Amino acid sequence: MLNSNGVPTLNQVLSRFPDEKALIRPKAILECYEDIPCNPCETSCPFNAIIIGENINTQPKLDVLACTGCGICVTSCPGLAIIIAQLVGDKAVFKIPYELLPLPKKGEIWLGVNRNGDVICDAKIESILANKKQDHTALITVSVPALWIHEFVTIREKDE
Amino acid sequence: MISKDLIIIGGGPSGLCAAKTALESGLSVLIIERNPNVGGQLVKQTHKFFGSKDQYAKTRGFDIAKKLISDLEGFPNLEILTEATVVGLYRDRVVTVLHKDKYVRYQAKSIIVATGASEKFLAFENNDLPGIYGAGAIQTLMNNFGVLPGNDVVMIGSGNIGLIVSYQLIQAGVNVKAILEAAPKIGGYKVHASKVTRLGVPILTSTTVKKAIGDTELKAIEIVSLDEKWQEIPDTSRKMEIDALCISVGLSPMHQLLSMIGAKTKYVSELGGFVPVIDKNYQTTTQSVFVCGDAVGIEEASSAMMEGYLTGIYVSKHLNTAHRKADDLIKYYKEQLDMLRNGPFGIKTKTGLNKLKEGIHDA
Repeated sequence: MLNSNGVPTLNQVLSRFPDEKALIRPKAILECYEDIPCNPCETSCPFNAIIIGENINTQPKLDVLACTGCGICVTSCPGLAIIIAQLVGDKAVFKIPYELLPLPKKGEIWLGVNRNGDVICDAKIESILANKKQDHTALITVSVPALWIHEFVTIREKDE
Repeated sequence: MISKDLIIIGGGPSGLCAAKTALESGLSVLIIERNPNVGGQLVKQTHKFFGSKDQYAKTRGFDIAKKLISDLEGFPNLEILTEATVVGLYRDRVVTVLHKDKYVRYQAKSIIVATGASEKFLAFENNDLPGIYGAGAIQTLMNNFGVLPGNDVVMIGSGNIGLIVSYQLIQAGVNVKAILEAAPKIGGYKVHASKVTRLGVPILTSTTVKKAIGDTELKAIEIVSLDEKWQEIPDTSRKMEIDALCISVGLSPMHQLLSMIGAKTKYVSELGGFVPVIDKNYQTTTQSVFVCGDAVGIEEASSAMMEGYLTGIYVSKHLNTAHRKADDLIKYYKEQLDMLRNGPFGIKTKTGLNKLKEGIHDA
Protein backbone atom coordinates (compact mmCIF):
# COMPACT_ATOMS: atom_id res chain seq x y z
CA MET A 1 0.00 0.00 0.00
CA LEU A 2 1.21 3.44 -0.96
CA ASN A 3 0.42 4.91 2.47
CA SER A 4 2.24 2.28 4.47
CA ASN A 5 5.23 1.32 2.32
CA GLY A 6 5.35 3.63 -0.68
CA VAL A 7 4.31 0.92 -3.15
CA PRO A 8 1.23 1.68 -5.27
CA THR A 9 -1.25 -1.16 -5.84
CA LEU A 10 -1.42 -2.76 -9.27
CA ASN A 11 -4.81 -1.09 -9.77
CA GLN A 12 -3.29 2.31 -9.06
CA VAL A 13 -0.51 1.61 -11.55
CA LEU A 14 -2.94 0.34 -14.19
CA SER A 15 -5.06 3.47 -13.78
CA ARG A 16 -2.11 5.46 -15.13
CA PHE A 17 -1.53 3.27 -18.21
CA PRO A 18 -3.30 3.89 -21.51
CA ASP A 19 -4.59 0.78 -23.31
CA GLU A 20 -2.09 -1.42 -25.12
CA LYS A 21 -2.95 -0.04 -28.56
CA ALA A 22 -1.88 3.44 -27.50
CA LEU A 23 1.40 2.01 -26.20
CA ILE A 24 2.54 1.28 -29.76
CA ARG A 25 3.79 4.84 -29.38
CA PRO A 26 5.68 5.98 -26.27
CA LYS A 27 3.42 7.49 -23.62
CA ALA A 28 4.02 9.13 -20.25
CA ILE A 29 2.92 7.19 -17.17
CA LEU A 30 2.15 9.77 -14.49
CA GLU A 31 2.58 8.05 -11.14
CA CYS A 32 1.49 10.92 -8.96
CA TYR A 33 -1.18 9.48 -6.67
CA GLU A 34 -1.49 12.32 -4.22
CA ASP A 35 -2.71 15.91 -4.31
CA ILE A 36 0.54 17.75 -3.67
CA PRO A 37 1.27 21.37 -4.66
CA CYS A 38 3.37 20.81 -7.77
CA ASN A 39 3.10 21.37 -11.51
CA PRO A 40 6.44 21.24 -13.38
CA CYS A 41 5.17 18.27 -15.45
CA GLU A 42 2.40 20.43 -16.84
CA THR A 43 4.54 23.50 -17.48
CA SER A 44 7.43 21.52 -18.98
CA CYS A 45 5.34 19.64 -21.56
CA PRO A 46 5.87 21.21 -25.01
CA PHE A 47 2.69 19.55 -26.31
CA ASN A 48 0.26 20.56 -23.52
CA ALA A 49 -0.37 16.86 -22.98
CA ILE A 50 -0.29 17.05 -19.17
CA ILE A 51 -3.15 18.82 -17.48
CA ILE A 52 -3.18 19.96 -13.86
CA GLY A 53 -4.98 23.27 -14.06
CA GLU A 54 -5.31 26.28 -11.79
CA ASN A 55 -5.15 24.39 -8.50
CA ILE A 56 -1.68 22.87 -8.55
CA ASN A 57 -2.69 20.44 -5.79
CA THR A 58 -4.44 18.40 -8.46
CA GLN A 59 -3.04 15.12 -9.80
CA PRO A 60 -1.88 15.37 -13.41
CA LYS A 61 -3.96 13.90 -16.23
CA LEU A 62 -2.48 12.78 -19.52
CA ASP A 63 -3.90 13.68 -22.91
CA VAL A 64 -2.81 10.36 -24.41
CA LEU A 65 -3.20 11.51 -28.02
CA ALA A 66 -1.18 14.69 -27.49
CA CYS A 67 1.65 12.93 -25.62
CA THR A 68 4.61 12.15 -27.89
CA GLY A 69 6.59 10.31 -25.22
CA CYS A 70 9.46 12.78 -25.57
CA GLY A 71 10.47 12.38 -21.91
CA ILE A 72 10.87 16.04 -20.99
CA CYS A 73 8.39 15.61 -18.13
CA VAL A 74 10.37 12.61 -16.83
CA THR A 75 13.37 14.70 -15.86
CA SER A 76 11.22 17.70 -14.87
CA CYS A 77 9.20 15.86 -12.22
CA PRO A 78 10.73 16.66 -8.80
CA GLY A 79 9.20 13.44 -7.45
CA LEU A 80 10.75 11.22 -10.17
CA ALA A 81 7.23 9.92 -10.60
CA ILE A 82 7.04 9.78 -14.39
CA ILE A 83 8.30 7.13 -16.80
CA ILE A 84 7.67 6.73 -20.52
CA ALA A 85 6.44 3.31 -21.62
CA GLN A 86 6.14 1.77 -25.08
CA LEU A 87 5.51 -1.71 -26.48
CA VAL A 88 7.84 -2.62 -29.35
CA GLY A 89 7.24 -6.23 -30.46
CA ASP A 90 8.12 -8.48 -27.54
CA LYS A 91 9.91 -5.68 -25.71
CA ALA A 92 8.72 -3.01 -23.36
CA VAL A 93 10.81 0.09 -23.85
CA PHE A 94 10.99 2.66 -21.07
CA LYS A 95 12.49 6.04 -20.51
CA ILE A 96 13.24 6.45 -16.83
CA PRO A 97 14.77 9.14 -14.62
CA TYR A 98 18.05 8.16 -12.97
CA GLU A 99 20.07 10.12 -10.40
CA LEU A 100 22.66 7.62 -9.15
CA LEU A 101 26.27 7.13 -10.12
CA PRO A 102 27.76 5.46 -12.02
CA LEU A 103 25.43 6.00 -14.96
CA PRO A 104 24.90 2.92 -17.09
CA LYS A 105 26.49 2.69 -20.52
CA LYS A 106 24.73 1.96 -23.78
CA GLY A 107 24.47 -1.76 -24.49
CA GLU A 108 25.04 -2.89 -20.90
CA ILE A 109 22.69 -5.34 -19.24
CA TRP A 110 21.45 -4.12 -15.86
CA LEU A 111 18.78 -5.49 -13.56
CA GLY A 112 15.14 -4.51 -14.00
CA VAL A 113 13.44 -3.60 -10.72
CA ASN A 114 9.76 -3.31 -9.75
CA ARG A 115 8.02 -0.76 -7.52
CA ASN A 116 8.70 -2.88 -4.48
CA GLY A 117 12.45 -2.68 -5.10
CA ASP A 118 12.67 -6.36 -6.16
CA VAL A 119 14.69 -7.51 -9.16
CA ILE A 120 12.35 -8.94 -11.81
CA CYS A 121 14.32 -9.25 -15.04
CA ASP A 122 17.33 -8.18 -17.06
CA ALA A 123 17.22 -4.71 -18.56
CA LYS A 124 19.12 -3.66 -21.66
CA ILE A 125 20.41 -0.10 -21.68
CA GLU A 126 19.46 1.40 -25.06
CA SER A 127 20.63 4.98 -24.59
CA ILE A 128 21.51 7.62 -22.02
CA LEU A 129 20.60 11.28 -22.24
CA ALA A 130 22.13 13.66 -19.74
CA ASN A 131 22.07 17.27 -20.87
CA LYS A 132 22.23 20.53 -18.96
CA LYS A 133 18.50 21.15 -19.17
CA GLN A 134 17.82 17.94 -17.27
CA ASP A 135 19.90 19.30 -14.38
CA HIS A 136 21.60 16.06 -13.31
CA THR A 137 18.59 13.80 -13.81
CA ALA A 138 19.63 11.41 -16.57
CA LEU A 139 17.04 9.98 -18.94
CA ILE A 140 17.81 6.31 -19.53
CA THR A 141 16.13 4.37 -22.32
CA VAL A 142 15.95 0.70 -21.38
CA SER A 143 14.21 -2.37 -22.77
CA VAL A 144 12.81 -5.36 -20.87
CA PRO A 145 10.58 -8.30 -21.89
CA ALA A 146 7.09 -6.99 -22.74
CA LEU A 147 5.42 -8.98 -19.97
CA TRP A 148 6.94 -6.59 -17.41
CA ILE A 149 5.25 -3.53 -18.92
CA HIS A 150 3.21 -2.84 -15.75
CA GLU A 151 5.87 -3.94 -13.24
CA PHE A 152 9.20 -2.51 -14.35
CA VAL A 153 10.05 0.89 -12.87
CA THR A 154 13.83 1.28 -12.54
CA ILE A 155 17.23 -0.31 -13.06
CA ARG A 156 19.96 -1.52 -10.72
CA GLU A 157 23.58 -2.30 -11.47
CA LYS A 158 24.50 -5.99 -11.48
CA ASP A 159 26.87 -7.05 -8.70
CA GLU A 160 30.20 -8.07 -10.14
CA MET B 1 25.44 51.96 17.81
CA ILE B 2 24.76 51.28 14.12
CA SER B 3 21.22 52.06 12.91
CA LYS B 4 19.25 50.39 10.13
CA ASP B 5 15.71 50.56 8.86
CA LEU B 6 15.37 46.80 9.09
CA ILE B 7 17.32 44.00 10.70
CA ILE B 8 16.53 40.48 9.54
CA ILE B 9 17.65 37.78 11.92
CA GLY B 10 18.37 34.70 9.83
CA GLY B 11 19.52 34.46 6.21
CA GLY B 12 17.49 31.42 5.17
CA PRO B 13 14.85 31.36 2.43
CA SER B 14 12.30 33.52 4.24
CA GLY B 15 14.89 36.04 5.47
CA LEU B 16 16.45 36.42 2.01
CA CYS B 17 13.06 36.90 0.38
CA ALA B 18 12.01 39.43 3.01
CA ALA B 19 15.27 41.31 2.34
CA LYS B 20 14.47 41.49 -1.37
CA THR B 21 11.08 43.17 -1.07
CA ALA B 22 12.32 45.43 1.76
CA LEU B 23 15.31 46.55 -0.31
CA GLU B 24 13.07 47.16 -3.32
CA SER B 25 11.07 49.45 -1.05
CA GLY B 26 14.19 51.50 -0.37
CA LEU B 27 14.85 50.32 3.18
CA SER B 28 18.34 49.82 4.53
CA VAL B 29 18.65 46.18 5.53
CA LEU B 30 21.02 44.18 7.69
CA ILE B 31 20.83 40.39 7.52
CA ILE B 32 22.41 38.65 10.50
CA GLU B 33 23.35 35.04 9.84
CA ARG B 34 24.90 32.55 12.24
CA ASN B 35 26.53 30.40 9.54
CA PRO B 36 29.48 31.33 7.30
CA ASN B 37 27.07 31.71 4.39
CA VAL B 38 23.45 32.70 3.84
CA GLY B 39 20.91 30.41 2.20
CA GLY B 40 19.83 28.48 5.29
CA GLN B 41 18.78 24.89 4.80
CA LEU B 42 18.46 25.43 1.04
CA VAL B 43 22.21 25.11 0.54
CA LYS B 44 22.12 21.42 1.49
CA GLN B 45 19.01 20.49 -0.48
CA THR B 46 20.14 18.58 -3.54
CA HIS B 47 16.66 17.56 -4.71
CA LYS B 48 14.43 19.38 -7.16
CA PHE B 49 11.74 21.41 -5.46
CA PHE B 50 7.98 21.06 -5.73
CA GLY B 51 5.56 23.94 -6.22
CA SER B 52 5.06 26.05 -9.31
CA LYS B 53 7.56 28.19 -11.19
CA ASP B 54 6.85 31.06 -8.76
CA GLN B 55 8.50 28.93 -6.05
CA TYR B 56 11.33 27.87 -8.37
CA ALA B 57 9.84 24.40 -8.84
CA LYS B 58 12.06 21.72 -10.42
CA THR B 59 15.10 23.74 -9.37
CA ARG B 60 17.45 22.06 -6.89
CA GLY B 61 17.50 23.65 -3.43
CA PHE B 62 21.10 24.85 -3.53
CA ASP B 63 20.42 26.52 -6.88
CA ILE B 64 17.38 28.26 -5.37
CA ALA B 65 19.70 29.59 -2.64
CA LYS B 66 22.04 30.97 -5.32
CA LYS B 67 19.09 32.61 -7.06
CA LEU B 68 17.77 34.23 -3.86
CA ILE B 69 21.26 35.51 -3.02
CA SER B 70 21.86 36.89 -6.51
CA ASP B 71 18.49 38.68 -6.32
CA LEU B 72 20.03 40.82 -3.57
CA GLU B 73 23.08 41.87 -5.57
CA GLY B 74 23.35 45.53 -6.47
CA PHE B 75 21.42 46.93 -3.51
CA PRO B 76 23.79 49.43 -1.85
CA ASN B 77 21.58 49.50 1.25
CA LEU B 78 22.18 45.85 2.06
CA GLU B 79 24.65 44.58 4.61
CA ILE B 80 25.07 40.88 5.36
CA LEU B 81 26.80 39.82 8.54
CA THR B 82 27.74 36.13 8.58
CA GLU B 83 29.21 34.06 11.41
CA ALA B 84 27.17 36.34 13.61
CA THR B 85 24.90 35.10 16.36
CA VAL B 86 22.18 37.27 17.83
CA VAL B 87 22.52 36.97 21.59
CA GLY B 88 20.09 39.65 22.68
CA LEU B 89 16.90 41.24 21.42
CA TYR B 90 15.32 44.18 23.24
CA ARG B 91 11.98 45.93 23.09
CA ASP B 92 13.54 49.11 21.72
CA ARG B 93 14.69 47.00 18.75
CA VAL B 94 18.28 46.83 19.85
CA VAL B 95 19.98 43.67 18.67
CA THR B 96 23.20 42.49 20.25
CA VAL B 97 25.38 40.26 18.17
CA LEU B 98 28.40 38.09 18.73
CA HIS B 99 30.37 38.41 15.52
CA LYS B 100 33.72 36.62 15.27
CA ASP B 101 34.37 37.02 19.01
CA LYS B 102 33.29 40.65 19.00
CA TYR B 103 30.18 41.97 20.67
CA VAL B 104 28.32 44.42 18.41
CA ARG B 105 25.10 46.40 18.91
CA TYR B 106 22.62 47.45 16.26
CA GLN B 107 19.31 49.22 16.36
CA ALA B 108 16.57 49.15 13.74
CA LYS B 109 13.18 50.70 13.09
CA SER B 110 11.83 47.25 12.43
CA ILE B 111 12.99 43.70 12.98
CA ILE B 112 12.10 40.50 11.18
CA VAL B 113 12.79 37.31 13.09
CA ALA B 114 13.42 34.66 10.44
CA THR B 115 15.24 32.17 12.61
CA GLY B 116 13.69 29.06 11.10
CA ALA B 117 13.40 25.89 13.11
CA SER B 118 15.37 23.39 15.11
CA GLU B 119 15.13 19.63 14.94
CA LYS B 120 13.13 17.65 17.44
CA PHE B 121 14.92 14.76 19.04
CA LEU B 122 13.75 11.41 20.28
CA ALA B 123 14.10 9.96 23.78
CA PHE B 124 15.41 6.39 23.85
CA GLU B 125 18.08 4.50 25.76
CA ASN B 126 21.64 5.43 24.76
CA ASN B 127 20.50 8.14 22.36
CA ASP B 128 23.74 10.06 22.94
CA LEU B 129 26.04 7.45 21.39
CA PRO B 130 28.35 8.74 18.67
CA GLY B 131 26.83 7.72 15.35
CA ILE B 132 23.37 9.08 16.16
CA TYR B 133 22.62 12.20 14.14
CA GLY B 134 19.84 14.58 13.31
CA ALA B 135 18.88 14.66 9.63
CA GLY B 136 20.17 18.23 9.34
CA ALA B 137 23.61 17.21 10.59
CA ILE B 138 23.77 14.37 8.09
CA GLN B 139 22.89 16.74 5.28
CA THR B 140 25.53 19.21 6.42
CA LEU B 141 28.20 16.52 6.65
CA MET B 142 27.33 14.92 3.33
CA ASN B 143 26.16 17.73 1.12
CA ASN B 144 28.25 20.62 2.44
CA PHE B 145 31.44 18.84 3.39
CA GLY B 146 31.39 15.55 1.48
CA VAL B 147 31.69 13.43 4.62
CA LEU B 148 29.74 10.18 4.92
CA PRO B 149 28.04 9.65 8.29
CA GLY B 150 28.44 5.86 8.18
CA ASN B 151 28.10 2.78 6.03
CA ASP B 152 24.86 1.26 7.28
CA VAL B 153 22.15 3.69 8.31
CA VAL B 154 18.61 3.53 9.65
CA MET B 155 16.36 6.57 9.31
CA ILE B 156 13.81 7.37 12.00
CA GLY B 157 10.89 9.31 10.57
CA SER B 158 9.15 9.18 7.19
CA GLY B 159 8.30 12.84 6.78
CA ASN B 160 9.61 14.58 3.69
CA ILE B 161 12.97 15.28 5.34
CA GLY B 162 13.44 11.65 6.41
CA LEU B 163 12.53 10.39 2.93
CA ILE B 164 14.64 12.96 1.08
CA VAL B 165 17.72 12.48 3.28
CA SER B 166 17.38 8.70 2.86
CA TYR B 167 17.46 9.20 -0.90
CA GLN B 168 20.49 11.47 -0.57
CA LEU B 169 22.26 8.86 1.57
CA ILE B 170 21.65 6.27 -1.16
CA GLN B 171 23.00 8.70 -3.75
CA ALA B 172 26.11 9.10 -1.61
CA GLY B 173 26.59 5.33 -1.65
CA VAL B 174 25.39 4.62 1.90
CA ASN B 175 23.36 1.49 2.63
CA VAL B 176 20.03 2.67 4.06
CA LYS B 177 18.77 -0.44 5.84
CA ALA B 178 15.29 0.84 6.66
CA ILE B 179 13.13 3.86 7.36
CA LEU B 180 11.17 3.53 10.59
CA GLU B 181 7.91 5.37 11.16
CA ALA B 182 6.08 5.21 14.49
CA ALA B 183 2.76 6.22 12.90
CA PRO B 184 0.77 3.68 10.84
CA LYS B 185 1.17 5.87 7.74
CA ILE B 186 4.07 7.46 5.87
CA GLY B 187 4.28 11.13 6.80
CA GLY B 188 5.78 12.69 3.68
CA TYR B 189 4.88 12.85 0.00
CA LYS B 190 4.35 9.36 -1.41
CA VAL B 191 6.41 10.19 -4.49
CA HIS B 192 9.42 10.60 -2.16
CA ALA B 193 8.52 7.31 -0.46
CA SER B 194 8.23 5.46 -3.77
CA LYS B 195 11.65 6.81 -4.81
CA VAL B 196 13.39 5.03 -1.93
CA THR B 197 11.16 1.95 -1.94
CA ARG B 198 12.03 1.13 -5.53
CA LEU B 199 15.70 1.42 -4.59
CA GLY B 200 15.12 -1.40 -2.14
CA VAL B 201 14.73 0.49 1.16
CA PRO B 202 11.91 -0.89 3.31
CA ILE B 203 9.68 1.63 5.08
CA LEU B 204 8.50 0.07 8.33
CA THR B 205 5.42 1.85 9.69
CA SER B 206 4.19 1.40 13.29
CA THR B 207 7.82 0.78 14.22
CA THR B 208 10.29 2.75 16.28
CA VAL B 209 13.71 2.56 17.91
CA LYS B 210 13.79 1.36 21.51
CA LYS B 211 17.45 1.61 22.31
CA ALA B 212 20.85 2.12 20.82
CA ILE B 213 23.52 -0.49 21.43
CA GLY B 214 27.27 0.13 21.67
CA ASP B 215 29.91 1.08 24.23
CA THR B 216 31.80 3.95 22.67
CA GLU B 217 29.97 4.18 19.36
CA LEU B 218 26.79 2.97 17.75
CA LYS B 219 26.90 -0.73 16.79
CA ALA B 220 23.23 -1.65 16.55
CA ILE B 221 19.72 -0.62 17.49
CA GLU B 222 16.81 -2.47 18.95
CA ILE B 223 13.54 -1.74 17.20
CA VAL B 224 9.96 -2.56 18.21
CA SER B 225 6.52 -2.56 16.64
CA LEU B 226 3.86 -0.22 18.02
CA ASP B 227 0.10 -0.65 18.30
CA GLU B 228 -2.42 2.01 17.27
CA LYS B 229 -2.03 3.65 20.70
CA TRP B 230 1.73 3.95 20.13
CA GLN B 231 2.39 1.28 22.76
CA GLU B 232 5.09 -1.31 22.28
CA ILE B 233 3.78 -4.69 21.12
CA PRO B 234 5.43 -7.40 23.28
CA ASP B 235 7.87 -9.82 21.64
CA THR B 236 8.37 -7.69 18.54
CA SER B 237 11.83 -6.50 19.47
CA ARG B 238 14.56 -7.14 16.92
CA LYS B 239 18.09 -5.93 16.40
CA MET B 240 19.55 -4.12 13.41
CA GLU B 241 23.30 -3.73 13.04
CA ILE B 242 24.16 -0.24 11.89
CA ASP B 243 26.89 2.32 12.42
CA ALA B 244 24.75 5.43 11.99
CA LEU B 245 21.22 6.36 12.99
CA CYS B 246 19.47 9.39 11.58
CA ILE B 247 16.67 11.06 13.54
CA SER B 248 14.12 13.00 11.53
CA VAL B 249 11.04 13.35 13.69
CA GLY B 250 9.99 16.90 12.99
CA LEU B 251 10.95 20.50 13.59
CA SER B 252 10.18 23.14 16.21
CA PRO B 253 9.89 26.84 15.35
CA MET B 254 12.74 28.91 16.82
CA HIS B 255 10.71 31.46 18.76
CA GLN B 256 13.13 31.90 21.66
CA LEU B 257 14.49 35.32 20.70
CA LEU B 258 10.94 36.63 20.69
CA SER B 259 10.49 35.45 24.25
CA MET B 260 13.30 37.84 25.25
CA ILE B 261 11.08 40.80 24.35
CA GLY B 262 7.92 39.32 25.78
CA ALA B 263 6.22 38.77 22.44
CA LYS B 264 3.23 36.54 23.05
CA THR B 265 3.60 32.93 21.90
CA LYS B 266 1.06 30.17 21.66
CA TYR B 267 1.41 26.39 21.55
CA VAL B 268 -0.01 25.16 18.25
CA SER B 269 0.93 21.53 17.64
CA GLU B 270 0.00 21.75 13.93
CA LEU B 271 2.63 24.44 13.46
CA GLY B 272 5.33 22.52 15.32
CA GLY B 273 5.11 23.84 18.90
CA PHE B 274 5.32 27.31 20.39
CA VAL B 275 4.88 29.99 17.74
CA PRO B 276 4.67 33.75 18.07
CA VAL B 277 1.19 35.22 17.91
CA ILE B 278 1.03 37.50 14.85
CA ASP B 279 -1.45 39.87 13.25
CA LYS B 280 -2.43 39.63 9.58
CA ASN B 281 0.74 41.54 8.65
CA TYR B 282 3.08 39.06 10.36
CA GLN B 283 3.72 41.54 13.18
CA THR B 284 4.21 40.01 16.62
CA THR B 285 2.55 41.41 19.73
CA THR B 286 5.66 43.59 20.08
CA GLN B 287 5.31 46.68 17.90
CA SER B 288 7.59 46.73 14.82
CA VAL B 289 8.87 43.19 15.34
CA PHE B 290 7.80 40.81 12.61
CA VAL B 291 8.32 37.10 12.00
CA CYS B 292 8.15 34.84 8.93
CA GLY B 293 9.08 31.41 7.66
CA ASP B 294 9.41 28.29 9.81
CA ALA B 295 9.80 30.47 12.93
CA VAL B 296 6.05 31.07 12.74
CA GLY B 297 5.06 27.54 11.75
CA ILE B 298 6.74 24.56 10.11
CA GLU B 299 6.08 24.33 6.38
CA GLU B 300 7.96 23.74 3.16
CA ALA B 301 10.64 26.21 2.00
CA SER B 302 8.28 27.25 -0.83
CA SER B 303 5.86 28.72 1.71
CA ALA B 304 8.71 30.26 3.72
CA MET B 305 9.84 32.15 0.62
CA MET B 306 6.35 33.47 -0.11
CA GLU B 307 5.96 34.56 3.52
CA GLY B 308 9.34 36.27 3.35
CA TYR B 309 8.42 38.34 0.30
CA LEU B 310 5.14 39.28 1.99
CA THR B 311 6.71 40.25 5.30
CA GLY B 312 9.30 42.49 3.61
CA ILE B 313 6.42 44.36 1.99
CA TYR B 314 4.43 44.58 5.23
CA VAL B 315 7.48 46.07 6.99
CA SER B 316 7.89 48.62 4.21
CA LYS B 317 4.24 49.65 4.66
CA HIS B 318 4.68 49.75 8.42
CA LEU B 319 7.62 52.15 8.01
CA ASN B 320 5.63 54.33 5.57
CA THR B 321 7.94 53.60 2.65
CA ALA B 322 5.64 51.13 0.98
CA HIS B 323 6.89 49.05 -1.92
CA ARG B 324 5.65 50.74 -5.10
CA LYS B 325 3.77 47.60 -6.09
CA ALA B 326 2.82 46.75 -2.50
CA ASP B 327 -0.88 46.04 -2.98
CA ASP B 328 -0.45 43.96 -6.14
CA LEU B 329 2.38 41.95 -4.64
CA ILE B 330 0.57 41.35 -1.36
CA LYS B 331 -2.41 40.02 -3.28
CA TYR B 332 -0.14 37.87 -5.43
CA TYR B 333 1.93 36.30 -2.65
CA LYS B 334 -1.16 35.67 -0.54
CA GLU B 335 -2.68 33.81 -3.48
CA GLN B 336 0.53 31.79 -3.85
CA LEU B 337 0.44 30.84 -0.16
CA ASP B 338 -3.22 29.89 -0.36
CA MET B 339 -2.46 27.72 -3.36
CA LEU B 340 0.47 25.96 -1.69
CA ARG B 341 -1.77 25.19 1.30
CA ASN B 342 -4.76 24.17 -0.78
CA GLY B 343 -4.11 20.41 -0.86
CA PRO B 344 -4.40 17.70 1.80
CA PHE B 345 -0.89 18.48 3.10
CA GLY B 346 -1.96 22.09 3.70
CA ILE B 347 -4.87 21.17 5.99
CA LYS B 348 -2.61 20.85 9.02
CA THR B 349 -1.03 24.26 8.41
CA LYS B 350 -4.39 25.92 7.81
CA THR B 351 -5.80 24.38 11.01
CA GLY B 352 -2.76 25.63 12.91
CA LEU B 353 -2.99 29.12 11.47
CA ASN B 354 -6.64 29.33 12.48
CA LYS B 355 -5.71 28.37 16.03
CA LEU B 356 -2.99 31.00 15.98
CA LYS B 357 -5.52 33.63 14.85
CA GLU B 358 -7.62 32.82 17.91
CA GLY B 359 -4.50 33.68 19.89
CA ILE B 360 -4.68 37.26 18.66
CA HIS B 361 -8.05 37.69 20.35
CA ASP B 362 -6.69 36.23 23.60
CA ALA B 363 -3.84 38.73 23.53
